[in-house]
Amino acid sequence: MNYAALFRATLPETALEVAALLVLVVDLGFLRKAALQIRTAVAAVIGIVGCIAAVWAVYAAGWAGFSAGSDLLLAAGGSAGVAQVAILVLTALTLLLLIDSSFTRNAGEYVSVVLMAAAGGLVISAAQDLLVIFVGLELLSLGLYILTAFNKQSGKSAEAAMKYYLFGAMSAAFLLFGFSYLYGLSGSTSLPEVVLGTYMASANGASPLLYIALVMIAAGLGFKIAAFPFHLWAPDTYEGAPAPAAAFIASVSKVASFALLISISHAILWFPAMLHMTGSHVTAWPMILMDLSVLSMVFGNLAALAQSSVRRLLAYSAIAHAGYILLGLAFFSWTNASAQAILYYSVTYGLTTIGAFGVVSVVERATGSDKLDAFLGLHKRNPLLAAVLLVLFLSLAGIPPLVGFWAKFNLFAAVLGLGYKMPLTSLPAEALTLVALAIAFSAVSLYYYLQVLKRAYVMPASDESPIRAHPVTLAVLLLIGAAVLVLGCFPTLLQNWIANFYPAM
Amino acid sequence: MAWAIYISFAGALISALLPKAKPEVLRWWALAVAVAGLAIAIGGFAAGMGQGRHVFVDVLWVPSMGIHYLLAADGISRVLVLLTGIAAVAGVLFSWNIEIRTNQFFAFYLALIGGVYGVFLSGDLFLLFVFYEIAIVPKYFLISIWGSTRREYAAMKLALYSFVGSAMVLIGLLAAYTTAGSHSTTLVDLSRASLPVSFQMWCFPLVFVGFAILAGMWPFHTWAPTGHVAAPTAASMLLAGVVMKLGAYGCLRVGIGLFPHGLDPWGFSFIGIGSWRDVFAWLAVIGIVYGALVALAQTDFKFVIGYSSVSHMGFVLLGLMTLNQIGLDGAVLQMFSHGVIAGLLFAIVGRIVYDRTHTRQFAELGPMHLSRRLPFAAWAFVFAGIASMGLPGFSGFVAELQVLVGAWQANPWWTIVSGIGIIVGVAYIWRALQKAFFTDALPIPHELESEHEHKFAPITWPEIAGVVLLGISTLVVGLYPRILLDSIEPAVKALLAGGAQ
Repeated sequence: MNYAALFRATLPETALEVAALLVLVVDLGFLRKAALQIRTAVAAVIGIVGCIAAVWAVYAAGWAGFSAGSDLLLAAGGSAGVAQVAILVLTALTLLLLIDSSFTRNAGEYVSVVLMAAAGGLVISAAQDLLVIFVGLELLSLGLYILTAFNKQSGKSAEAAMKYYLFGAMSAAFLLFGFSYLYGLSGSTSLPEVVLGTYMASANGASPLLYIALVMIAAGLGFKIAAFPFHLWAPDTYEGAPAPAAAFIASVSKVASFALLISISHAILWFPAMLHMTGSHVTAWPMILMDLSVLSMVFGNLAALAQSSVRRLLAYSAIAHAGYILLGLAFFSWTNASAQAILYYSVTYGLTTIGAFGVVSVVERATGSDKLDAFLGLHKRNPLLAAVLLVLFLSLAGIPPLVGFWAKFNLFAAVLGLGYKMPLTSLPAEALTLVALAIAFSAVSLYYYLQVLKRAYVMPASDESPIRAHPVTLAVLLLIGAAVLVLGCFPTLLQNWIANFYPAM
Repeated sequence: MAWAIYISFAGALISALLPKAKPEVLRWWALAVAVAGLAIAIGGFAAGMGQGRHVFVDVLWVPSMGIHYLLAADGISRVLVLLTGIAAVAGVLFSWNIEIRTNQFFAFYLALIGGVYGVFLSGDLFLLFVFYEIAIVPKYFLISIWGSTRREYAAMKLALYSFVGSAMVLIGLLAAYTTAGSHSTTLVDLSRASLPVSFQMWCFPLVFVGFAILAGMWPFHTWAPTGHVAAPTAASMLLAGVVMKLGAYGCLRVGIGLFPHGLDPWGFSFIGIGSWRDVFAWLAVIGIVYGALVALAQTDFKFVIGYSSVSHMGFVLLGLMTLNQIGLDGAVLQMFSHGVIAGLLFAIVGRIVYDRTHTRQFAELGPMHLSRRLPFAAWAFVFAGIASMGLPGFSGFVAELQVLVGAWQANPWWTIVSGIGIIVGVAYIWRALQKAFFTDALPIPHELESEHEHKFAPITWPEIAGVVLLGISTLVVGLYPRILLDSIEPAVKALLAGGAQ
């Protein structure tokens, strides 16, 4: 064990943890008498500085990763690098949204929990070992439970946190159970070796234990990304959690979890492909993901149609979006195209969702409700806010030239195997059918996104008093809206940035 | 010509930022933008006369997918860009009375125009799709905010129909790109990819129907009448005049251009229908007759025009399915002709008449004796109605004649059955004319008195300018069709010869 190498590989996480402690020290030590607003602002700024330092650390850490003995524990570069930078940027954005909110008097604790959870996210995006994965997931999840419950005045917040915690504990148990079977089958906890070991073990026909293990793991991770049927916590949590926390859960935690799924899918496909063999998990794992994907797309989109609360609507649409991304994972390929498309999707989705929650929280503070009718006449009450909402929701629906369109387009192209240099011999019928289903359901999704926009722009307002947003919040939201538009008009900006994170092949 | 797109989008953005308290400034601004677009369209049309395809911009947009930002125009594009320019200017002139949220109205309006220009000028499949989708959203807001009768329902219906159509198109495009195996999505490269016939057989109907939904093909036309009726005048002019052409243009450029073998015979026939070509041609013919018959039974003036659009767009689709030179020429010319004439009809019904009488019901319009009280509207409608019936001297005549001749060469029955549609077409225009403007009932004395008390507002100059612009367009093309046909014919010939050139 080389501690210097470990320190170097975990420099980003360390930076976040240091910032988390610093926030506590400053907030509890020096600012006890200061006004709440100042304390919140100082805490958020320290947190953001920590995020920036961590981004620098991701670049500084290089492409080395960290190994113990011959086993790679933490990867660097590639999907891990992209996901880490994205997590840090999105975390900083959610911290900026905090400046305007007043749900808690303990801003310092809030920020430090956010930073620790983000550190958990960094760990799982890089983790290549079952135990590291589990530790990282728990670090992330425990932070999220606390954040959900942070609004102590609200019964809903407590209820949501309780539900989230119970479901989370259950799914962590599933995951650990699955991991233990994998360890039993392969005798190792390192992802590549697990794949190799289970392949060897199932050489004479697949062991049913392997299938059980894979299903358990899918259940455990399906919970993190809110895939049907493990989604039950999502609507309540999105509705009950304080807005910045909900935005964090919907974006950062998603990006990290999908980065983890990319690592797992990559390990499952890459090594057998290198050795020219096909293990039973090469067929079983995509099969499981495909089922989850179809169920999530269908259920998420149809359930969102019936929602009257915008937060719940966002929750069900998140389930649907998870379904699209799972489709990309089910048809994962060992070229980088799939991983890049999935990252592109989850990162841009995270960005858009933070903006959406930002708008919702501003409206909520002014009207006291997140029901659809709270958005009535928003274009009169705050034209800029309405314009941002328009851009973000159309992007979520996948209308070009916004970034959501390219996210879907890249993903579906990757599912169909487009963009490879080699010509395809035949049309992938199964993939095309599922892509057709996904596109059909994104046509359905336009309906519920328009329901919100219709209220903001079309229907007459019952109350026309202007809604004021904090300048910082408004600036962040405008920035996100502009980013969604610009990245959509120039899709290569983000694509190239992601592609450059991959070491040359 | 690419600047027509940029000017429109920039105009939309600036219009959104201008203060809404000054509608006068906004109107002139929108008019200036639209006129600039028209000037560019005319300039491009004149400069491109007798030339083939011209590429304006070609840069790699998404290199990893081979998507190009490729703007190009051939004869067909130039004609349709010209139509868009005319319709845009006329639309602004007829929305001179928009007082509520004027800045947003013109922002959405100009964004829609920009998207339409973009579709007609795209030389890349995915760029075309992107512009096609950009045009959906402004339509929704234009109708649902500034519309009338059941506007939210109609707007949502239109948006969902369009989006389902474009979803079908997207599936087809992804499948085509996958199958083509070429690393480029330009229309030219894809048409050279020689897609397998069996693939074209199922992909063609998917893409064709996807586009034809927006072209108002029966039985997917139901969004059109409700949408047209609910839309504010300028939006119905654009919907009927230009947006439905987007669908037809997609059918032509993408459907027929990329999947020419999708129209081959299946190898078996069922009650005389042996290919997708027969299927869609008969659907077009049904649309022609059905639209005309339904128009004959309407009591709402605007619905008459709405259904007449379905009928006239049937001619476009029928022309496409003839697959011969004269039929396709006619189809493209009919797109232009219908765009202008439908715009004129909607302007008269929705703006000139409705804004003064506040009703569109024949039963209420009749007793108002509009021929005497609004002679300008009455005679403008006579003019537009005659053009719509397809009398010689107007653009509709040349276009429909060519379509019918082409259809006769392909299958005489198509021509014979659509002939019924033309006859009914005369009837519904005549009926509308008589019921709305020239009633038999003599005015009762007390009505005469009340007329003096409630004088209608005088016809304003934007209305006259708009009517003159559209009227002259149809008349010029009707009297001298070569002006457009010289541009259309070579492009159609090239399209027929080898896919999308």
